[in-house]
Order: sequence, then C-alpha cells, then structure tokens
Amino acid sequence: MTTVLGLYNYWIVVVLMMIGLYIVIANCNLVKKIIGLNIFQTSVFIFYISLGKVDGGTAPILVDGVELYSNPLTHVLILTAIVVSLATTALGLAIVVRIKEAYGSVEEEKIQIEDNKEC
Amino acid sequence: MTMLAGIYSLLSASLFVSMDAVDVAFTEASVGAGISTLLMLTTLAITGRSEHPVRHKPLLAFVVVFFTGALLIYATLDMPSYGDVNSAANLHVVQRYINDSFMEIGVDNIVTSVLASYRGFDTFGEVVVIFTAGIGVLALLSFARRPINDSEIDSINDSMHEEYLIVRIVSKILIPFILLFALYVQFHGDFGPGGGFQAGVIFAAAVILYAMLFGMSVARRVINQSFVQLFAAVGVLIYGGVGIVSMLNGGNFLDYDVLSDDPLAGQHLGILLIELGVGIAVAMVVIIIFFNFAERIGLNRARNEQ
Repeated sequence: MTTVLGLYNYWIVVVLMMIGLYIVIANCNLVKKIIGLNIFQTSVFIFYISLGKVDGGTAPILVDGVELYSNPLTHVLILTAIVVSLATTALGLAIVVRIKEAYGSVEEEKIQIEDNKEC
Repeated sequence: MTMLAGIYSLLSASLFVSMDAVDVAFTEASVGAGISTLLMLTTLAITGRSEHPVRHKPLLAFVVVFFTGALLIYATLDMPSYGDVNSAANLHVVQRYINDSFMEIGVDNIVTSVLASYRGFDTFGEVVVIFTAGIGVLALLSFARRPINDSEIDSINDSMHEEYLIVRIVSKILIPFILLFALYVQFHGDFGPGGGFQAGVIFAAAVILYAMLFGMSVARRVINQSFVQLFAAVGVLIYGGVGIVSMLNGGNFLDYDVLSDDPLAGQHLGILLIELGVGIAVAMVVIIIFFNFAERIGLNRARNEQ
C-alpha cells in the first residue's frame, strides 16, 4: 500500500493536467483556453519538479556538511520552460487580441459564424 | 478568473519551494504570478469581460478527459514513488553534476552551473525562443499600426489620477529598490537562487510599474522603444558572442574553460557574461511585450471614443 500512496504526486499532476485539457476543449472563450493551457503547462512543471525531489535532500546549492541534494537537472529544465511559457502565452494573447480586432469577438462560435459569412 | 490563475501560480511557486526547487519557485513567482497575470488582464481589457455561455458538447469533452486521465493514472503505477533517491531520473548524469560541478565550474549553485555551463546550448536555444516570441508580438501588435497612430498614442494619457497619491509615492520610492534587487539577483545567481531569467523579469517589472504609474505616453518618452528592441538583440548577441570567443580561443562553442588561463576563472567569466546576456534579453523582451499590449488598449479606447 505504501507504494501506491507514494504515487500521489503524479495523481495531482494528472488531475491538474486534465482540468487544463478540459478547459481547452470545452471552453469557447479564447482567453480561457489560454488559461487552460497555462494550467496544463504548470502540471508538467510540477511533474518534473516532483520527479527530482529526493527524500531528505535539500535545495541544490552546495553547502558544507550536506550530502543529499535534490535533482538540479529537472530544476534547470523547468526554469527555462517557465520563461518560455511566458513568451508563448504572450504570443498567444497577442493573436487573441488581433482576432478580437478582426472579428469583434473572442468566442469561437461567433468567429465561426463570421467565417462562414465570408465564404 | 485571471486573478485566480495568478493566485494559482503563486501557490504552485510555494509548492516548488517545498520540493526544494528554490530557483524554479523564484521564476514561477515572478513570471507566473506577476507578468502572466498582468498580460491576461491587459488582454481582458481589450477583449471585454463578458463571456458567451455556450460550450462545445461538455459531456463529450468530459468523457475524453476522464478516460485520458484514467489511462494516465494507470500509467503512473509503473513510476518510481515520490522522493525515491534511486529513481532513474536521479541517477546517471545528475550524480556527476552534484559531485563534480564544484571542481569543474566552481559555482555553489548547481542549478546555475548546469544551466549556464553544462547545458549552455540548451539555454541559448531558450533565449532565442524568447527573442523570437518578442519579435512575434511586435509583428502581430505593432507593425500593423500605421505611423499616423503614433500621434494618437502620444495623446493617450492614462496615468494614475492624482487621488491615488499614496500609490504613486510609495511606488516611486519602491522602483529604485526593485531595480537594485534585480541587479542583486542577476549577479548573485552563482551563490544563491537567482540568475539572468529571474533578474530580467524583475527588472522589466520595475519598468512596467513605472509605465503604469505615469501613463504610456510618459513612459514611451523615457524608455525609447527602438533602444529596447536593439538591446533585446544585443542580449542574444552577448550570449552567442561568448560562444564564438571560446571557439576562437581554441575550445568548443560555449566552452568557457578557454576564456581565461585558469579554467575556473574562465567558467566564472563565461557564466557571468551569458547570464548578463540572458538578463538583458529577457528584460527587454518582456518590456516590448507589455508596451505593445498596453498601447493596443490605449488605441482601442481612443477609437471607441471617437
């Protein structure tokens, strides 16, 4: 039973990831879709960081007398990923702004109606 | 909704601290809770707050999500348990980083030495991605604007009203300290949590605070946009330039050992320089992104009034 309970971090990640996925699929509002994508991204961050956590370890900054450190590699990967996620979010929001200006709406269905009119 | 996302971000930052990832928590707190929330709010100001309640077949989406989640949970049964020292991710190359990095790089913070030295290529790629995103935002929000609109922007005056006197004065006092803190984070990354990415975001936050206090028209006059755009490129160039110099000195691309007679001094110099490049590039790109979003708001508002 201890082995199954030791997996709880992955379950949190899966739940968060599915919340994000649900928002992306089920919501028509483009801004909310981007928020959903952000939640999805954060779940991946938490997945990596929890993978690198070591029981009894400390933060990976070298100190005398400490032998056990958490995994620095996953931290590096996620640190850069967070900043890149900011860049991608900004790009996505910029596209949303342009869509709003072109179609007058950020709801997918209204955009679809506008598109069909032009055909 | 957006504020909730910001709070969620802050919460996940504290979660990262509890999992020993101080560098990551620092970044998440400044990026996720700070800048992302701000961008969401500016976008909402443009797109409007009301939402159309219709959803695409929520039941179908729920079924898909439920089954994917169930499959993923089933897959986790094969994963190593939380905090396992001997899981595959914590063996191999990681042990080398922890044991040898101080001898090879001479930097206390292992995250910094892996980020800037062992995985320097990777980080260079990330900086280029951020720079590209900055160009993308410029292309989407700025180039479509005609030169006539520049005078329109100058006429926008959305500075804080006089009645927010306390906010104005307190923020004015805080801005230099935020800038100083950014520099501290920038150059202290070798010894504690911090580094170019975080410092860049904090620096940009100070500039954004200034722009919010005194209005876009004043901020545009103080912070020259072409200067900012130039320096975003200069930051990437510094990073790439360090790589080229180490090649000219007879090493590999981004091999800092050859930058100085003593390999450790070379590593210190190389890390300092590329962190500087990262910091400049990130700060400038975030400033570019914010300014373009904020100007869009002003333009849309001015057009609606006409």
